[in-house]
Amino acid sequence: MTPQSTFMVLAAINPARETELRQLLDSMNHAPGRVNRNNELIPFAEFDTLHFARFVILDDKTTEDVRVYGLTPRNYPLYLAFLGDVDGDANAFFGRLIKRAGKGLGRIFSCCEGFRPDTDLLTWMRQHDAPAIAAYVNTRGRTVRQIREEAALYDAIENYINKNRATFQNLAPRELHARLQNFVNTEKSAGRLTLSKESPTPFVWQIKNLLHMIGLPLLVLVVVLVALPLLIPLAAFYIVALRRLEKTDPEVCPTADQKHSEDLSRIEDHDVTNQFSAMGSLKPGLVRLLTTIGVLKTVNYGARHITRPGRLGRIRSIHFARWVFVAGTQRMIFCSNYDGSVESYMDDFINKTGFGLNASFSNGIGYPRTNWLVRDGCIDERKYKEYLRRHTLPTEVWYKAYPGLTAVDLERNTRIHQGLEASSLTNQQAAEWAALL
Amino acid sequence: MSQVDYADVQGLVRFGYGQLTSASYALLRVKNVAAAKAWLRSAPVTSAITQKPPPKTALNIAFTASGLRALGVSESVIAGFSHEFRGGMAEESRSRQLGDLGSNAPTNWLWGSYRQEPHVLAMFFAEPEQFDLFVQSAKGNTWGDAFEEVTWLGTSNLDGDEPFGFKDGISQPQIDWEQQRQTPCTQLQYTNIVALGEFLLGYRNEYGKITDRPLLDADAATADLLAADDEPAKKDLGRNGTYLVIRQLEQDVRKFWQFLYKQAGGNLGEAEELGAKMVGRKKQGDPLVPIQPEPIPGMDPSSVKQNQFTYENDPAGAGCPFGAHIRRTNPRNSDLPERRLSALRKLIIMLGFGPKGFYDDLTSPVRFHRILRRGREYGSELSPEEALQPAPPNESSRGLQFICLNANISRQFEFLQNAWIANTKFAGLSGESDPLLGNREAILGCPVTGDFSMPKAGNLRHRLSDLPQFVTIRGGAYFFLPSLRALRYFAGTGS
Repeated sequence: MTPQSTFMVLAAINPARETELRQLLDSMNHAPGRVNRNNELIPFAEFDTLHFARFVILDDKTTEDVRVYGLTPRNYPLYLAFLGDVDGDANAFFGRLIKRAGKGLGRIFSCCEGFRPDTDLLTWMRQHDAPAIAAYVNTRGRTVRQIREEAALYDAIENYINKNRATFQNLAPRELHARLQNFVNTEKSAGRLTLSKESPTPFVWQIKNLLHMIGLPLLVLVVVLVALPLLIPLAAFYIVALRRLEKTDPEVCPTADQKHSEDLSRIEDHDVTNQFSAMGSLKPGLVRLLTTIGVLKTVNYGARHITRPGRLGRIRSIHFARWVFVAGTQRMIFCSNYDGSVESYMDDFINKTGFGLNASFSNGIGYPRTNWLVRDGCIDERKYKEYLRRHTLPTEVWYKAYPGLTAVDLERNTRIHQGLEASSLTNQQAAEWAALL
Repeated sequence: MSQVDYADVQGLVRFGYGQLTSASYALLRVKNVAAAKAWLRSAPVTSAITQKPPPKTALNIAFTASGLRALGVSESVIAGFSHEFRGGMAEESRSRQLGDLGSNAPTNWLWGSYRQEPHVLAMFFAEPEQFDLFVQSAKGNTWGDAFEEVTWLGTSNLDGDEPFGFKDGISQPQIDWEQQRQTPCTQLQYTNIVALGEFLLGYRNEYGKITDRPLLDADAATADLLAADDEPAKKDLGRNGTYLVIRQLEQDVRKFWQFLYKQAGGNLGEAEELGAKMVGRKKQGDPLVPIQPEPIPGMDPSSVKQNQFTYENDPAGAGCPFGAHIRRTNPRNSDLPERRLSALRKLIIMLGFGPKGFYDDLTSPVRFHRILRRGREYGSELSPEEALQPAPPNESSRGLQFICLNANISRQFEFLQNAWIANTKFAGLSGESDPLLGNREAILGCPVTGDFSMPKAGNLRHRLSDLPQFVTIRGGAYFFLPSLRALRYFAGTGS
């Protein structure tokens, strides 16, 4: 199994070069929201381990919101973020990326502070890599290569069925399964289809993963045991403090600016999948900070060790998602790649996993009022949608390795592949497998 | 919570005016503001009060955002309406969401293309013999000075069938006018009763919240408006009003039946069966899955035979295909994929450890996506047999003047149109959009979108390919259907 990893190169933009940077980024697109997959700066399509990539300028228009707490907004530098989701190790990917597109990357990053002509690109990118506090991968281990091979498999099978419609129409599912197995084997031997064997899981990764799986609960357990006498008063204090904040924290959910909203729409719905980048400031105070970290560490742990492949709670439309602190712990960005329109994405979140949404986002300034961290909040649907839209950043450049395929498509193709590999199926299994076609 | 003042609500929200079989919709642009306002002040607009005997004529009026601007409504007031209403249906990004691409694109529309929006929609209904006289008298003397007519959308009475020949308008949500519905956190059973706030602004919706709408300061101009329930100091311009979506859907009835006839190998009976699979109902309106014994809350008891069903016992789509028009537009589901479950099981499902079948739990809960349909057919009737003949030269078009009412266009109409009708990835499908309404346009990475799959129990699905486009969008717009008080406010602004 090849595990996926993520990177986010984060750097402050040299104000004098912002216009130039924006032009450079625009030059990577055919049109707003439509990347040139083979653009000169970074020909994304040539990297066969890259699932998603994006450049986004973190032009957070909501920094003034801290005024509701009587705080003076800070003058943050404008950041550029370059994000990617890759198969295998991110550093190894950086190496390949620099080898092929070093010049383009250099031109882009030269618009950032501290990047000089003699700067070593790899070292610089590694230094500027901002780790995610929580990350979600739809299906760990499913590589770009596997996705493409399985998509080709699906197309080949569908074409074959189409040509032999009359014969296949009345076959019992197990017979159909056997016939299609034969077909696929023939195609494989003829070199027309490839279904690569899974690579061995890197040993170091296995160890790290195991340590993470055991380590985190262990750490929590130790802390609980050691601090047991203190824990009850601390927990009581925490609950009282959180409840007080929940009742008094101001909501900032004005209607998103119409032009901002239309600018965002312009770069959406060019593929069945969309990008989403949202940014905001955390509510002040230790209680909110600790809550954020606690919730997101839990989400991260759950996503890594507990969730079923293809599912984040009941949601099946997210390919990759992550939460990252932006330079410090005051501000945070959430980035995801999801299927369908932003309206259906938000509805899915509200209706299927509103509790998780509230827990993870309600520590942001202005979020609709929650109760006990998980209740209410986004149920105030219009407020929540305006809140989210207002915090959404236009993504300058966005690349997806497999246009036209949703996460559910990928799941179907994988299930078809797995079903084919099975030497024998029960009638029931065969019928379920045939229903995928 | 306050009772609805029916005298303040336009009649179309409560009634379809089925007895008034003649109807025509005027799309207007304001020519002279003062004259337009004068006409609006004197227009005989019909309210939702029950009349005995029922009225023999009715008039309802709605405005686009540019219409409100043309009447001099200020930008700060317009900013209180929803993004989609302000942006308009023909905006380019919205076209991608709605599937208004290719021949459906607004640039090809007969009316309503981008920046060519009509301002006012005046809907006239009457008994046939009274219709012309009613229109004439309602127009009065100032109509010609006030408005430039963009077009008139005519309608025809096909006795409850839509032009393809299937019974239409069978299932409608039941509005909870009395506001008795306690909207639950989790709805465990499909219900046809829908919170008032889904169809009327100013009331609680399915989330138990009141949808955004313009709230104005109390002053002389707004004195007549009702106070907002959630902010009593403010005047609620939206209250008792709603949004009206209109789309002219031209239906190619010949292409529809000729395609089915060919697919069925020249057997009209089988062609009708295929058509029924696409629609999700037989021509007479009977569903393709059995009627269930237990009643559905809020269902009209007179329509048990055609409405008392869900797809709970048809999880594989063998009875009614997932992609059938009525299963896409109303999946008749609840908030969770299972019913009658314990708190623990509920938690397990919410955390993503519920049913693990590929097709399980892929469709959003329908109670947040209901619309109230008020459309009417246009053009002449054409039976399937007649449709198999080639078209005579210069045949006039037929179709549906689709109208729906909803309080939240983006969550109701647009969601339905985008995520359920136009979506080629609906419910785990791939390569097919709505068999009736789909535009068949290739999308990035998916050259084929013209399939239609019919799962079969225990066998390989039957799949039709290369469905032609049967329905073409000829025009459309988003309107605000104001309360009578808001109408008076618009008619009085600035004068």
